Amino acid sequence: MAEFIMIIVSAVFINNFVVVQFLGICPFLGVSKDFKSALGMGLAVTFVMTITCLITYPIYTYILVPLGIEFMEIIVFIFIIASIVQMIEMVLKKFSPTLYNAMGIYLPLITTNCAVLGVAELVIDSAQMASLLGIAEAQMNMGYAVLYGLFAGLGFTLAIVIMSGLRERIALSSVNKHLRGFPIAMITACFIAMAFYVFALI
Amino acid sequence: MKTDYKKIAFDGVIASNPTLKLVLGTCPTLALTTLAMNGIGMGLAVTFVLICSNAIISCLRKVIPSEVRIPAFVLIIATFVTIVRLVLDKLLPDIYDSLGLYLPLIVVNCIILARAESFASKNTVLASACDGLFMGIGFTLALTVMGAVREILGAGAIFGFKLWDFQISFFSSSAGAFFTYAMFIMTFGIISSAIGKKKKIKAYELTRAALNGGTEQAENNAAFSSVNTCPAPISGATPIAAEQAQKISSGITGQAEKGQSQNGEKTQTQTIKEEEN
Repeated sequence: MAEFIMIIVSAVFINNFVVVQFLGICPFLGVSKDFKSALGMGLAVTFVMTITCLITYPIYTYILVPLGIEFMEIIVFIFIIASIVQMIEMVLKKFSPTLYNAMGIYLPLITTNCAVLGVAELVIDSAQMASLLGIAEAQMNMGYAVLYGLFAGLGFTLAIVIMSGLRERIALSSVNKHLRGFPIAMITACFIAMAFYVFALI
Repeated sequence: MKTDYKKIAFDGVIASNPTLKLVLGTCPTLALTTLAMNGIGMGLAVTFVLICSNAIISCLRKVIPSEVRIPAFVLIIATFVTIVRLVLDKLLPDIYDSLGLYLPLIVVNCIILARAESFASKNTVLASACDGLFMGIGFTLALTVMGAVREILGAGAIFGFKLWDFQISFFSSSAGAFFTYAMFIMTFGIISSAIGKKKKIKAYELTRAALNGGTEQAENNAAFSSVNTCPAPISGATPIAAEQAQKISSGITGQAEKGQSQNGEKTQTQTIKEEEN
Protein backbone atom coordinates (compact mmCIF):
# COMPACT_ATOMS: atom_id res chain seq x y z
CA MET A 1 0.00 0.00 0.00
CA ALA A 2 2.82 2.38 0.89
CA GLU A 3 4.43 1.61 -2.46
CA PHE A 4 1.17 2.32 -4.20
CA ILE A 5 0.95 5.77 -2.61
CA MET A 6 4.61 6.33 -3.44
CA ILE A 7 3.90 5.66 -7.14
CA ILE A 8 1.02 8.16 -7.13
CA VAL A 9 2.98 10.90 -5.39
CA SER A 10 6.09 10.32 -7.46
CA ALA A 11 4.41 10.11 -10.86
CA VAL A 12 1.78 12.80 -10.40
CA PHE A 13 3.57 15.40 -8.29
CA ILE A 14 7.31 14.98 -7.63
CA ASN A 15 8.29 13.87 -11.13
CA ASN A 16 5.40 15.43 -13.00
CA PHE A 17 5.85 14.60 -16.67
CA VAL A 18 5.22 18.08 -17.98
CA VAL A 19 6.64 20.63 -15.60
CA VAL A 20 9.49 18.62 -14.06
CA GLN A 21 10.60 16.21 -16.79
CA PHE A 22 9.56 18.40 -19.75
CA LEU A 23 7.82 15.63 -21.67
CA GLY A 24 4.78 16.45 -23.79
CA ILE A 25 5.37 20.20 -23.86
CA CYS A 26 3.94 20.57 -27.38
CA PRO A 27 0.35 19.58 -26.47
CA PHE A 28 0.80 21.29 -23.09
CA LEU A 29 1.27 24.62 -24.89
CA GLY A 30 -0.79 23.85 -27.99
CA VAL A 31 -4.02 22.30 -26.67
CA SER A 32 -4.38 24.22 -23.40
CA LYS A 33 -6.38 27.20 -24.63
CA ASP A 34 -9.69 26.01 -23.17
CA PHE A 35 -10.60 23.71 -20.32
CA LYS A 36 -12.70 21.18 -22.25
CA SER A 37 -10.17 20.35 -24.94
CA ALA A 38 -7.38 20.26 -22.35
CA LEU A 39 -9.27 17.68 -20.31
CA GLY A 40 -10.01 15.65 -23.45
CA MET A 41 -6.38 15.69 -24.52
CA GLY A 42 -5.19 14.79 -21.02
CA LEU A 43 -7.51 11.80 -20.72
CA ALA A 44 -6.69 10.59 -24.24
CA VAL A 45 -2.96 10.75 -23.44
CA THR A 46 -3.49 8.95 -20.10
CA PHE A 47 -5.35 6.16 -21.88
CA VAL A 48 -2.69 5.74 -24.58
CA MET A 49 0.16 5.89 -22.04
CA THR A 50 -1.39 3.12 -19.92
CA ILE A 51 -1.99 0.84 -22.90
CA THR A 52 1.50 1.59 -24.24
CA CYS A 53 3.15 0.53 -20.97
CA LEU A 54 0.96 -2.57 -20.92
CA ILE A 55 2.27 -3.63 -24.36
CA THR A 56 5.83 -2.27 -24.65
CA TYR A 57 7.08 -3.49 -21.26
CA PRO A 58 6.42 -7.22 -21.93
CA ILE A 59 7.62 -6.91 -25.53
CA TYR A 60 10.92 -5.40 -24.36
CA THR A 61 11.43 -7.77 -21.42
CA TYR A 62 10.27 -11.03 -23.00
CA ILE A 63 11.11 -10.57 -26.67
CA LEU A 64 13.82 -7.95 -27.29
CA VAL A 65 16.09 -8.75 -24.32
CA PRO A 66 16.17 -12.57 -24.80
CA LEU A 67 16.94 -12.07 -28.49
CA GLY A 68 19.67 -9.53 -27.69
CA ILE A 69 18.25 -6.81 -29.94
CA GLU A 70 17.61 -4.09 -27.34
CA PHE A 71 18.92 -1.45 -29.76
CA MET A 72 15.77 -1.92 -31.86
CA GLU A 73 13.66 -0.49 -29.02
CA ILE A 74 13.06 2.96 -30.53
CA ILE A 75 11.80 1.62 -33.87
CA VAL A 76 9.68 -1.08 -32.22
CA PHE A 77 8.18 1.32 -29.66
CA ILE A 78 7.27 4.03 -32.12
CA PHE A 79 5.53 1.46 -34.29
CA ILE A 80 3.64 0.01 -31.36
CA ILE A 81 2.50 3.50 -30.31
CA ALA A 82 1.43 4.43 -33.83
CA SER A 83 -0.57 1.22 -34.18
CA ILE A 84 -2.15 1.58 -30.73
CA VAL A 85 -3.29 5.09 -31.58
CA GLN A 86 -4.64 3.94 -34.93
CA MET A 87 -6.43 0.99 -33.32
CA ILE A 88 -7.98 3.09 -30.55
CA GLU A 89 -9.21 5.49 -33.19
CA MET A 90 -10.89 2.69 -35.15
CA VAL A 91 -12.37 1.01 -32.06
CA LEU A 92 -13.75 4.30 -30.75
CA LYS A 93 -15.22 5.18 -34.13
CA LYS A 94 -17.02 1.81 -34.27
CA PHE A 95 -18.23 1.39 -30.70
CA SER A 96 -18.45 4.82 -29.12
CA PRO A 97 -19.02 7.65 -31.58
CA THR A 98 -19.63 10.17 -28.78
CA LEU A 99 -16.26 9.44 -27.19
CA TYR A 100 -14.69 9.48 -30.65
CA ASN A 101 -16.13 12.92 -31.32
CA ALA A 102 -14.77 14.16 -28.00
CA MET A 103 -11.30 12.60 -28.32
CA GLY A 104 -10.96 12.03 -32.06
CA ILE A 105 -9.11 15.17 -33.04
CA TYR A 106 -6.42 14.66 -30.36
CA LEU A 107 -5.67 11.04 -31.16
CA PRO A 108 -3.45 11.56 -34.25
CA LEU A 109 -1.42 14.13 -32.29
CA ILE A 110 -0.60 11.59 -29.61
CA THR A 111 1.67 9.49 -31.85
CA THR A 112 4.26 12.25 -31.86
CA ASN A 113 3.78 13.14 -28.20
CA CYS A 114 7.09 12.85 -26.33
CA ALA A 115 5.26 11.82 -23.16
CA VAL A 116 4.09 8.51 -24.64
CA LEU A 117 7.45 7.42 -26.05
CA GLY A 118 9.05 8.88 -22.93
CA VAL A 119 7.07 6.69 -20.57
CA ALA A 120 7.76 3.61 -22.72
CA GLU A 121 11.50 4.33 -22.57
CA LEU A 122 11.39 5.18 -18.88
CA VAL A 123 9.64 2.05 -17.57
CA ILE A 124 12.15 -0.30 -19.23
CA ASP A 125 15.04 1.48 -17.47
CA SER A 126 14.67 -0.48 -14.25
CA ALA A 127 17.52 1.31 -12.44
CA GLN A 128 15.91 4.71 -12.92
CA MET A 129 12.43 3.41 -12.13
CA ALA A 130 13.74 1.91 -8.89
CA SER A 131 15.12 5.28 -7.78
CA LEU A 132 11.92 7.07 -8.85
CA LEU A 133 9.61 4.73 -6.98
CA GLY A 134 11.87 3.87 -4.06
CA ILE A 135 11.88 0.09 -4.66
CA ALA A 136 14.63 -2.45 -5.27
CA GLU A 137 15.71 -2.85 -8.88
CA ALA A 138 14.79 -6.55 -8.99
CA GLN A 139 11.30 -5.76 -7.73
CA MET A 140 10.43 -3.86 -10.90
CA ASN A 141 7.70 -5.68 -12.79
CA MET A 142 4.87 -5.13 -15.20
CA GLY A 143 2.40 -4.05 -12.50
CA TYR A 144 4.62 -1.12 -11.52
CA ALA A 145 5.17 -0.24 -15.18
CA VAL A 146 1.47 -0.05 -15.98
CA LEU A 147 0.64 1.83 -12.77
CA TYR A 148 3.42 4.30 -13.47
CA GLY A 149 2.08 4.82 -16.99
CA LEU A 150 -1.42 5.46 -15.65
CA PHE A 151 -0.37 7.94 -12.98
CA ALA A 152 2.17 9.71 -15.17
CA GLY A 153 -0.71 10.25 -17.60
CA LEU A 154 -2.87 11.61 -14.78
CA GLY A 155 -0.02 13.94 -13.85
CA PHE A 156 0.01 15.19 -17.43
CA THR A 157 -3.77 15.70 -17.26
CA LEU A 158 -3.45 17.63 -14.01
CA ALA A 159 -0.80 19.96 -15.42
CA ILE A 160 -2.63 20.62 -18.71
CA VAL A 161 -5.94 21.26 -16.90
CA ILE A 162 -4.32 23.76 -14.48
CA MET A 163 -2.64 25.43 -17.46
CA SER A 164 -5.92 25.71 -19.39
CA GLY A 165 -7.64 27.35 -16.42
CA LEU A 166 -4.89 29.92 -16.11
CA ARG A 167 -4.80 30.59 -19.84
CA GLU A 168 -8.56 31.17 -19.95
CA ARG A 169 -7.99 33.94 -17.40
CA ILE A 170 -5.00 35.35 -19.25
CA ALA A 171 -7.02 35.53 -22.48
CA LEU A 172 -9.26 38.11 -20.79
CA SER A 173 -6.46 40.36 -19.60
CA SER A 174 -4.33 42.72 -21.64
CA VAL A 175 -0.85 41.36 -22.16
CA ASN A 176 2.11 43.24 -23.61
CA LYS A 177 2.11 42.51 -27.34
CA HIS A 178 5.62 41.05 -27.30
CA LEU A 179 4.60 38.63 -24.55
CA ARG A 180 1.42 37.45 -26.26
CA GLY A 181 1.23 33.82 -27.34
CA PHE A 182 4.11 31.53 -26.41
CA PRO A 183 6.08 33.76 -24.01
CA ILE A 184 3.17 34.39 -21.63
CA ALA A 185 2.23 30.69 -21.80
CA MET A 186 5.82 29.82 -20.84
CA ILE A 187 5.77 32.27 -17.95
CA THR A 188 2.49 30.72 -16.75
CA ALA A 189 4.16 27.30 -16.99
CA CYS A 190 7.07 28.74 -14.98
CA PHE A 191 4.74 29.51 -12.07
CA ILE A 192 3.13 26.07 -12.28
CA ALA A 193 6.62 24.55 -12.21
CA MET A 194 7.44 26.59 -9.08
CA ALA A 195 4.29 25.25 -7.42
CA PHE A 196 5.24 21.67 -8.28
CA TYR A 197 8.79 22.26 -7.02
CA VAL A 198 7.39 22.27 -3.49
CA PHE A 199 6.58 18.55 -3.79
CA ALA A 200 10.22 17.78 -4.60
CA LEU A 201 11.23 19.29 -1.24
CA ILE A 202 9.11 16.84 0.76
CA MET B 1 14.73 25.10 -60.84
CA LYS B 2 17.48 27.07 -59.18
CA THR B 3 17.62 26.79 -55.43
CA ASP B 4 18.44 29.84 -53.37
CA TYR B 5 20.87 28.44 -50.82
CA LYS B 6 21.42 31.83 -49.23
CA LYS B 7 17.71 32.01 -48.45
CA ILE B 8 17.71 28.49 -47.02
CA ALA B 9 20.61 29.42 -44.76
CA PHE B 10 19.01 32.69 -43.63
CA ASP B 11 15.64 31.01 -43.01
CA GLY B 12 17.11 28.13 -41.07
CA VAL B 13 19.38 30.10 -38.77
CA ILE B 14 17.45 33.36 -38.30
CA ALA B 15 14.16 34.02 -40.13
CA SER B 16 12.42 30.80 -39.14
CA ASN B 17 14.70 29.62 -36.36
CA PRO B 18 13.12 26.36 -35.17
CA THR B 19 13.54 27.12 -31.48
CA LEU B 20 12.87 30.84 -31.21
CA LYS B 21 10.52 31.56 -34.13
CA LEU B 22 8.64 28.32 -34.84
CA VAL B 23 8.81 27.11 -31.18
CA LEU B 24 9.29 23.48 -32.18
CA GLY B 25 11.17 20.82 -30.28
CA THR B 26 10.46 22.43 -26.95
CA CYS B 27 11.00 19.36 -24.77
CA PRO B 28 14.79 18.97 -25.25
CA THR B 29 15.19 22.75 -25.32
CA LEU B 30 13.70 23.14 -21.86
CA ALA B 31 15.22 20.01 -20.36
CA LEU B 32 18.80 20.17 -21.61
CA THR B 33 19.73 23.84 -21.44
CA THR B 34 20.94 23.68 -17.84
CA LEU B 35 24.46 23.35 -19.28
CA ALA B 36 25.85 24.88 -22.47
CA MET B 37 27.64 21.61 -23.29
CA ASN B 38 24.32 19.68 -23.28
CA GLY B 39 22.95 22.22 -25.75
CA ILE B 40 25.81 21.56 -28.17
CA GLY B 41 25.52 17.78 -27.77
CA MET B 42 21.78 17.75 -28.35
CA GLY B 43 22.05 20.28 -31.18
CA LEU B 44 24.66 18.26 -33.05
CA ALA B 45 22.72 15.01 -32.60
CA VAL B 46 19.57 16.66 -33.97
CA THR B 47 21.55 18.28 -36.83
CA PHE B 48 22.95 14.91 -37.89
CA VAL B 49 19.52 13.28 -37.83
CA LEU B 50 17.99 16.24 -39.69
CA ILE B 51 20.55 16.20 -42.51
CA CYS B 52 20.37 12.42 -43.02
CA SER B 53 16.58 12.10 -42.71
CA ASN B 54 15.97 15.11 -44.96
CA ALA B 55 18.31 13.70 -47.63
CA ILE B 56 16.80 10.19 -47.54
CA ILE B 57 13.21 11.44 -47.47
CA SER B 58 13.97 13.75 -50.38
CA CYS B 59 15.47 10.78 -52.30
CA LEU B 60 12.35 8.73 -51.69
CA ARG B 61 9.82 11.55 -52.07
CA LYS B 62 8.48 10.18 -55.35
CA VAL B 63 8.36 6.58 -54.13
CA ILE B 64 6.54 7.02 -50.80
CA PRO B 65 2.74 7.11 -51.28
CA SER B 66 1.24 10.10 -49.52
CA GLU B 67 -1.16 7.96 -47.43
CA VAL B 68 1.64 6.23 -45.53
CA ARG B 69 4.17 9.06 -45.58
CA ILE B 70 4.07 9.83 -41.85
CA PRO B 71 4.89 6.24 -40.73
CA ALA B 72 7.55 6.07 -43.44
CA PHE B 73 9.14 9.34 -42.26
CA VAL B 74 9.04 8.20 -38.65
CA LEU B 75 10.73 4.90 -39.57
CA ILE B 76 13.53 6.73 -41.42
CA ILE B 77 14.02 9.15 -38.53
CA ALA B 78 13.98 6.32 -35.96
CA THR B 79 16.70 4.50 -37.90
CA PHE B 80 19.03 7.51 -37.77
CA VAL B 81 18.27 8.16 -34.11
CA THR B 82 19.24 4.55 -33.36
CA ILE B 83 22.52 5.09 -35.25
CA VAL B 84 23.27 8.30 -33.30
CA ARG B 85 22.45 6.54 -30.05
CA LEU B 86 24.76 3.60 -30.71
CA VAL B 87 27.62 5.82 -31.88
CA LEU B 88 27.35 8.20 -28.89
CA ASP B 89 27.10 5.30 -26.45
CA LYS B 90 30.37 3.89 -27.79
CA LEU B 91 32.40 7.06 -28.47
CA LEU B 92 31.11 9.76 -26.08
CA PRO B 93 29.55 7.98 -23.08
CA ASP B 94 29.55 11.20 -20.99
CA ILE B 95 27.33 13.05 -23.46
CA TYR B 96 25.20 9.91 -23.89
CA ASP B 97 24.55 9.87 -20.13
CA SER B 98 23.80 13.58 -19.87
CA LEU B 99 21.33 13.51 -22.78
CA GLY B 100 19.71 10.40 -21.27
CA LEU B 101 16.03 9.98 -22.02
CA TYR B 102 15.97 12.87 -24.51
CA LEU B 103 18.20 11.10 -27.02
CA PRO B 104 15.62 8.48 -28.07
CA LEU B 105 12.98 11.22 -27.95
CA ILE B 106 14.61 12.91 -30.99
CA VAL B 107 12.30 10.55 -32.96
CA VAL B 108 9.24 12.51 -31.88
CA ASN B 109 10.98 15.90 -32.09
CA CYS B 110 8.60 18.12 -34.03
CA ILE B 111 11.42 19.92 -35.92
CA ILE B 112 12.50 16.83 -37.82
CA LEU B 113 9.02 15.70 -38.82
CA ALA B 114 8.03 19.27 -39.69
CA ARG B 115 11.01 19.73 -42.02
CA ALA B 116 10.42 16.32 -43.59
CA GLU B 117 6.78 17.21 -44.22
CA SER B 118 7.18 20.82 -45.33
CA PHE B 119 10.55 20.87 -47.07
CA ALA B 120 12.20 17.52 -47.81
CA SER B 121 9.11 15.96 -49.39
CA LYS B 122 9.02 18.76 -51.98
CA ASN B 123 12.64 19.67 -52.73
CA THR B 124 15.77 18.22 -54.26
CA VAL B 125 18.21 16.11 -52.24
CA LEU B 126 20.93 18.74 -52.00
CA ALA B 127 18.53 21.53 -51.03
CA SER B 128 16.92 19.29 -48.39
CA ALA B 129 20.27 18.31 -46.90
CA CYS B 130 21.22 22.01 -46.84
CA ASP B 131 17.93 22.87 -45.14
CA GLY B 132 18.60 20.17 -42.56
CA LEU B 133 22.09 21.51 -41.93
CA PHE B 134 21.00 25.12 -41.42
CA MET B 135 17.90 24.26 -39.39
CA GLY B 136 20.20 22.14 -37.24
CA ILE B 137 22.67 25.01 -36.87
CA GLY B 138 19.82 27.34 -35.87
CA PHE B 139 18.64 24.84 -33.27
CA THR B 140 22.17 24.23 -31.96
CA LEU B 141 22.92 27.96 -31.69
CA ALA B 142 19.69 28.72 -29.83
CA LEU B 143 20.22 25.80 -27.44
CA THR B 144 23.85 26.67 -26.79
CA VAL B 145 23.18 30.36 -26.10
CA MET B 146 20.27 29.49 -23.81
CA GLY B 147 22.40 26.86 -22.10
CA ALA B 148 25.23 29.37 -21.62
CA VAL B 149 22.88 31.97 -20.09
CA ARG B 150 21.35 29.44 -17.72
CA GLU B 151 24.73 28.00 -16.79
CA ILE B 152 26.24 31.43 -16.06
CA LEU B 153 23.26 32.57 -13.98
CA GLY B 154 22.36 29.24 -12.41
CA ALA B 155 25.77 27.70 -11.73
CA GLY B 156 28.23 30.59 -12.15
CA ALA B 157 30.14 28.65 -14.79
CA ILE B 158 30.40 28.30 -18.56
CA PHE B 159 31.20 25.06 -20.42
CA GLY B 160 32.15 23.65 -17.03
CA PHE B 161 34.69 26.39 -16.17
CA LYS B 162 33.96 28.08 -12.85
CA LEU B 163 33.55 31.86 -13.21
CA TRP B 164 32.40 32.99 -9.78
CA ASP B 165 30.61 31.72 -6.66
CA PHE B 166 27.52 33.84 -7.25
CA GLN B 167 24.63 31.72 -8.48
CA ILE B 168 20.84 31.99 -8.73
CA SER B 169 19.54 28.45 -8.39
CA PHE B 170 16.19 29.53 -9.89
CA PHE B 171 17.77 29.43 -13.34
CA SER B 172 18.89 25.82 -13.04
CA SER B 173 15.45 24.68 -11.83
CA SER B 174 12.60 23.66 -14.12
CA ALA B 175 10.77 26.94 -13.50
CA GLY B 176 13.88 28.80 -14.65
CA ALA B 177 13.85 26.82 -17.89
CA PHE B 178 10.38 28.09 -18.78
CA PHE B 179 11.29 31.63 -17.73
CA THR B 180 14.51 31.76 -19.76
CA TYR B 181 12.78 30.32 -22.82
CA ALA B 182 9.98 32.91 -22.53
CA MET B 183 12.51 35.73 -22.28
CA PHE B 184 14.41 34.42 -25.32
CA ILE B 185 11.28 34.19 -27.48
CA MET B 186 10.24 37.68 -26.38
CA THR B 187 13.66 39.22 -27.13
CA PHE B 188 13.76 37.50 -30.51
CA GLY B 189 10.24 38.78 -31.28
CA ILE B 190 11.13 42.37 -30.29
CA ILE B 191 14.28 42.39 -32.42
CA SER B 192 12.59 40.87 -35.47
CA SER B 193 9.58 43.20 -35.20
CA ALA B 194 11.92 46.22 -34.95
CA ILE B 195 13.69 45.12 -38.13
CA GLY B 196 10.32 44.40 -39.78
CA LYS B 197 9.06 47.90 -38.88
CA LYS B 198 12.07 49.51 -40.55
CA LYS B 199 11.35 47.54 -43.71
CA LYS B 200 7.66 48.51 -43.56
CA ILE B 201 8.45 52.25 -43.29
CA LYS B 202 10.73 51.97 -46.31
CA ALA B 203 8.00 50.20 -48.29
CA TYR B 204 5.46 52.87 -47.27
CA GLU B 205 7.73 55.69 -48.43
CA LEU B 206 8.26 53.91 -51.73
CA THR B 207 4.51 53.48 -52.34
CA ARG B 208 3.88 57.11 -51.46
CA ALA B 209 6.48 58.20 -53.95
CA ALA B 210 4.88 55.95 -56.55
CA LEU B 211 1.42 57.37 -55.79
CA ASN B 212 2.65 60.93 -56.06
CA GLY B 213 4.21 60.05 -59.40
CA GLY B 214 0.86 58.86 -60.90
CA THR B 215 -1.20 61.39 -62.90
CA GLU B 216 -4.56 60.70 -61.26
CA GLN B 217 -3.09 60.91 -57.83
CA ALA B 218 -1.23 64.06 -58.77
CA GLU B 219 -4.57 65.77 -59.55
CA ASN B 220 -6.05 64.67 -56.25
CA ASN B 221 -2.92 65.80 -54.56
CA ALA B 222 -3.20 69.21 -56.14
CA ALA B 223 -6.80 69.56 -54.95
CA PHE B 224 -5.76 68.41 -51.52
CA SER B 225 -2.93 70.89 -51.27
CA SER B 226 -5.09 73.75 -52.63
CA VAL B 227 -7.74 73.03 -50.02
CA ASN B 228 -5.12 72.84 -47.35
CA THR B 229 -3.70 76.19 -48.32
CA CYS B 230 -7.16 77.81 -48.31
CA PRO B 231 -7.48 80.62 -45.80
CA ALA B 232 -9.54 79.68 -42.76
CA PRO B 233 -12.49 82.09 -43.24
CA ILE B 234 -13.32 80.77 -46.72
CA SER B 235 -13.39 77.14 -45.66
CA GLY B 236 -15.57 78.19 -42.76
CA ALA B 237 -17.93 80.07 -45.11
CA THR B 238 -18.36 77.10 -47.45
CA PRO B 239 -18.81 74.03 -45.32
CA ILE B 240 -19.66 71.95 -48.39
CA ALA B 241 -16.27 72.66 -49.91
CA ALA B 242 -14.60 71.78 -46.62
CA GLU B 243 -16.49 68.51 -46.52
CA GLN B 244 -15.44 67.76 -50.06
CA ALA B 245 -11.88 68.56 -49.20
CA GLN B 246 -12.08 66.19 -46.25
CA LYS B 247 -13.49 63.49 -48.50
CA ILE B 248 -10.74 64.01 -51.01
CA SER B 249 -8.04 63.99 -48.40
CA SER B 250 -9.45 60.88 -46.75
CA GLY B 251 -9.65 59.33 -50.21
CA ILE B 252 -5.99 60.00 -50.77
CA THR B 253 -4.89 58.55 -47.47
CA GLY B 254 -7.20 55.61 -48.12
CA GLN B 255 -5.55 55.09 -51.46
CA ALA B 256 -2.14 55.33 -49.91
CA GLU B 257 -3.09 52.78 -47.29
CA LYS B 258 -4.62 50.57 -49.94
CA GLY B 259 -1.49 50.80 -52.01
CA GLN B 260 0.60 49.90 -49.00
CA SER B 261 -1.57 46.97 -48.03
CA GLN B 262 -1.60 45.74 -51.62
CA ASN B 263 2.15 46.02 -51.64
CA GLY B 264 2.29 44.08 -48.39
CA GLU B 265 0.03 41.41 -49.80
CA LYS B 266 2.14 41.22 -52.91
CA THR B 267 5.34 40.72 -50.94
CA GLN B 268 3.58 38.15 -48.78
CA THR B 269 2.33 36.19 -51.78
CA GLN B 270 5.78 36.48 -53.32
CA THR B 271 7.43 35.05 -50.23
CA ILE B 272 4.84 32.28 -50.07
CA LYS B 273 5.52 31.45 -53.72
CA GLU B 274 9.24 31.46 -53.04
CA GLU B 275 8.75 29.13 -50.14
CA GLU B 276 6.69 26.83 -52.32
CA ASN B 277 9.36 26.85 -54.95
